[in-house]
Amino acid sequence: MASPDVQQQAATVWQGRVPLRVRVKGAGPAVVFFHGPWGLTWGPFLDALAERFTVYAPEHPGTSPGEPDAIREVDSLWDLILCYDELFEHLGLSEAMLVGHSFGAMMACEVAALRPTRIRRLVLIDPIGLWRDDAPVINWMLLSPQVLPAHVFKDPDGAAAKALFTIPDDPEEAALAKTRLTWAMGSTGKFIWPIPDKGLKKRIHRIASPTLLIWGEDDRLVPRVYADEFARRLPRTTLEVVKGAGHAPHLEQPEATSRLVQAFLGRPADQ
Amino acid sequence: MKVSAFHLMPHRELPHDFEQRYESVWVTPPWWELADARRVGQYYNWTLDELLHAARAGFDGICTNEHHQNAYGFMPSPNLMGSVLAKQTNDLDVAIVQMGMTLPTTSPPIRIAEEYAMLDCISGGRLVAGLPLGSPMDVNLAYGITPMEHRERYREAVELVTKAWQAKEIFAWNGKYFQLGTVNLWPRPIQQPHPPIWIPGSGSISTFDFAADRNACYCFLSYSGARSAKAMMDGYWRVVEEKGLEHNPYRAGFLQLVAVSETDAQAEADYARHVEYFYHKCLHVPPQWGAPPGNQDYRSLLAANRSPVRRVEDPKTLRYRDFVDKGYVIAGSPATVRERLIEEVIKGLHVGNLMVLVQIGSMPHELTLKNIDLFAQEVLPHLRDIWDEEGWENHWWPERLRGARQPVAVGVAK
Repeated sequence: MASPDVQQQAATVWQGRVPLRVRVKGAGPAVVFFHGPWGLTWGPFLDALAERFTVYAPEHPGTSPGEPDAIREVDSLWDLILCYDELFEHLGLSEAMLVGHSFGAMMACEVAALRPTRIRRLVLIDPIGLWRDDAPVINWMLLSPQVLPAHVFKDPDGAAAKALFTIPDDPEEAALAKTRLTWAMGSTGKFIWPIPDKGLKKRIHRIASPTLLIWGEDDRLVPRVYADEFARRLPRTTLEVVKGAGHAPHLEQPEATSRLVQAFLGRPADQ
Repeated sequence: MKVSAFHLMPHRELPHDFEQRYESVWVTPPWWELADARRVGQYYNWTLDELLHAARAGFDGICTNEHHQNAYGFMPSPNLMGSVLAKQTNDLDVAIVQMGMTLPTTSPPIRIAEEYAMLDCISGGRLVAGLPLGSPMDVNLAYGITPMEHRERYREAVELVTKAWQAKEIFAWNGKYFQLGTVNLWPRPIQQPHPPIWIPGSGSISTFDFAADRNACYCFLSYSGARSAKAMMDGYWRVVEEKGLEHNPYRAGFLQLVAVSETDAQAEADYARHVEYFYHKCLHVPPQWGAPPGNQDYRSLLAANRSPVRRVEDPKTLRYRDFVDKGYVIAGSPATVRERLIEEVIKGLHVGNLMVLVQIGSMPHELTLKNIDLFAQEVLPHLRDIWDEEGWENHWWPERLRGARQPVAVGVAK
C-alpha cells in the first residue's frame, strides 16, 4: 500500500503506446527506484528514502492496475531500455541516482550503461542479469505459490512476506491480487526468460558511477557468487550483506537497508 | 463419423514408485536412471506397429504428436513417425493425422509447411495437418520460448504456414518473430488449397475463436472424459453459432481413452493397472508448470481466478473404477464401450472426428493389439454412420478419403 502522500504521475512513451505510471514522493536530488518481479511495493524503505530525496518509482509496463496490455507494446529488452530513456526525458531528469531490486536492478544497470554520464550513483539490491552455470539463478516463475514466499523472503511468515503474498479474503480482491502477481511476473519475465543473461555482461563496463551492492544474507533465488560477478565488472563497488533477509532486503529489513542506501547516496561526490 | 487411433509413445516401464521418487514425468526425469536406448528403440517400433495395425484393422486415421523431454510421450519429431506411417499405408484409405508438429518451437515455421507437404505428397493426399500450440512444458520449459510470446508466435506461425502452402507468387514475410525474404515452398501439398487443418486445444476460449475464425477443426485433447469436457465443448459450439458457422459435428474433434475387452470384468483385469499407471505416472507434473506467468493472457487469467474455487480433481487419488465411472476412460465390453462412446462423447459433445487413445500408459504390445482389434471389430462398425443421416460433409478430412472406409483385412495381426 502506498502512503497517502505518494503522488502519482502518468507518462506515455514509445510513440504514445506505452503508458507508464510513476509514484513520486519527497524533495531533494532525484532517485529512481526500479521494482522487482512482483510489482511495486511502496513501504517504509521508499518512505525513508523520500525524506532526503525525490523518489520516482515507475511501474514496469504491464504491472500497473488497469494497464495489463502495456507490456504487449514492448517487444524486447532494448525497447524497454529506450522506454525508460524516454521516461527520464519526460520527467526532466538530466541526472539521477538509481536504486533497483532484482529484475529492477538489472534494468538500473541497463539504464546506467545506456547513458553513463547521467547516472550519479547506482544501488543494486540482489540484482539479476548475469549467469554462471555452476550457480544457476532459480527461476521463480516455475515455483508453486506455496513455496514462492520462502524463496523470496528469509521469513515466509513475516510481515514483509505477508504484505507481498497474502491473498485477500474478498473473492474479487483475491482474484485481482492473484492475477496481478502472476501478470507482474509474466511482464517482467518477458525480458529474462528462460535465463536472465540478456547481454548485460557486454554493456556493464559502460557504467561509470560508484555502485553499492546489497545482498540479503539468505537470498535463495540468486546465489551470493553473483555479488562477486557484479563487483568484478563494476570497479567502484562496495558490497553490503543484510542479515535477516532473503532476496528482498529492502522489504524484509527496511531500516538496515535504508541506512546503507542513504549513507551511500548522501555521500559527497568525491568519495 | 471418422475414428482415428492416437498414440503418445510413452515409456511403458517406469518404476512402481516413480511418482514418489521423481519431481516430474516432464522436463526433469533423468534419462540415465530411467531409460535405455535399445529398449526405447523397441517402444518406437511397437508404436509404429500398433498404429499400422490400427490402420489395417479399419481405423480411419492414425495420429502422432510432438512432445519433448519426458517419459509421458516422447516423439520429439512426429513427422519422422508420420513418414513411416505414410509410406506403409499407401495401399490403405487411411488418413495420416499429424497432431502434430509444434508451431512456436519450429523456426522458421515454414519447416512445418515443407514437411507436411512432403507427407501429403508421400501419402498421396492423405494428410491431416494438426497445428498445435504446444504445451508450456514443451514450449516454455524445454524449448525456452518466453511464456508471454508463446501464443503470439503461434498465431504468426499459423498465418505463415497457411500462406506458404497457398501463395501463387513468391512472397516476403516481415513478421514480428520470423523474417524471410523469399518464401517459395517446395514441395506444395497435393490437397488444395491446403490439407485439412486441425487445431488441438485444452479448453481455452481464445483457441475456440482462433479455430472458428480459420474454419478449422477444433480438437479437444482431454484426459478427463466427456463429462468434464461438456461445458467446454458447449462453449465451443456457442462460438461456432455466434459466428454463423454451420453446426457440423466434423468441426470438432475429441480424444478419448478407450479400453475394450470381452467383458467389463475382463477389461478391469486387462487394463486397470495400465490405466492407473497412465494417470498416476504419465501425468505426474507440478501443476504450475502448465501455466507459467504470462502464458495465459491477463483476461483469461483473471477469469480463471474469478471462477468459483473448483478444486481440480487429483487423479493420483483415483483408481481404475473411478476413472471408468467418471468417464476418464471408457472401458469394458464392446457393448459398454460403444454405448458410452455414442451417448457421452459422440452425441453428448457433438463430435464427428473422434480420436481414440488405444495404447494407454504401460499397456504392453500384445494387449494393445487386442484393444485395437476388439475396437475395430466390435465398436467401430457401430459408430461409422452416426452422422450420415444428417448429411454433413467432413470438410476436415482428406477429400479422397471422405467416402465409406472399406474394412479390409479386419483383425489380421502383425
